[in-house]
Amino acid sequence: MNGRPPQSRGLTAIDGAMVLIVVLLIVQIWLLSATLESYLAGHRDVAVPGAIISAVLFAACFCLYRFVDRIDSEVRKG
Amino acid sequence: MSWFRKPSDAPLWRDEFSVYTADERYVNRRQFTKFLTLTSFGMMVGNLWILAKSTLRRQPSFPPVTVAALDEIPVGGVKTFHYPASDDPCILVRTAAETYVAYSQKCTHLSCAVYYEKEQNRLECPCHQGFFSIADGSVLQGPPQRPLPRVTLRKEAGQLVAIRIEGESV
Repeated sequence: MNGRPPQSRGLTAIDGAMVLIVVLLIVQIWLLSATLESYLAGHRDVAVPGAIISAVLFAACFCLYRFVDRIDSEVRKG
Repeated sequence: MSWFRKPSDAPLWRDEFSVYTADERYVNRRQFTKFLTLTSFGMMVGNLWILAKSTLRRQPSFPPVTVAALDEIPVGGVKTFHYPASDDPCILVRTAAETYVAYSQKCTHLSCAVYYEKEQNRLECPCHQGFFSIADGSVLQGPPQRPLPRVTLRKEAGQLVAIRIEGESV
């Protein structure tokens, strides 16, 4: 199987989660700027889907953070 | 207790400043991940703020407001005023001896102030080169997608009175 030590495997998992969070954050920043631009242009109907999608993206980021936190505490304890 | 820290007997500094060099890589990554997650929270708050602004926006009322006297501005002249609220700039143009038109001065693209270009007889937004027809406020050219909101004017005892604004303003 994988012969690497748990410390190294934990770091790989954390790095993967961090990359995912960065991608989600880029999408969220784009979403905020697009929603703001539409709002300023008078298209108020985009505010609801924008807020819902942004909340989903934040929830995903938070879950990934909890994952990183769990890996961190497991590896450092063990 | 914060959502970002599990209940523990160990002091906080032990979580954040490990005495083991190998653990530093974990601490750094966890802290950076926490920063990214808080940034994501900030983005969500921004979207919720836009939602709140959209939902709580009141319908504007249109009180009659005297804009100018009939002969106050020359043909081809311009006067700016605010209608219906003090933060809604509008522009009044006398296009002919008996013809006056007034529009919201906020460009429908990104709210820059439009001005009257007398030589071309059109309204221009200098920010992104958007042009609007002076006759009806429709878009002639440029990035704006919607016409300028038009202020309805009424002649009353030698005065021009704004009575409502047609089209959605920003």
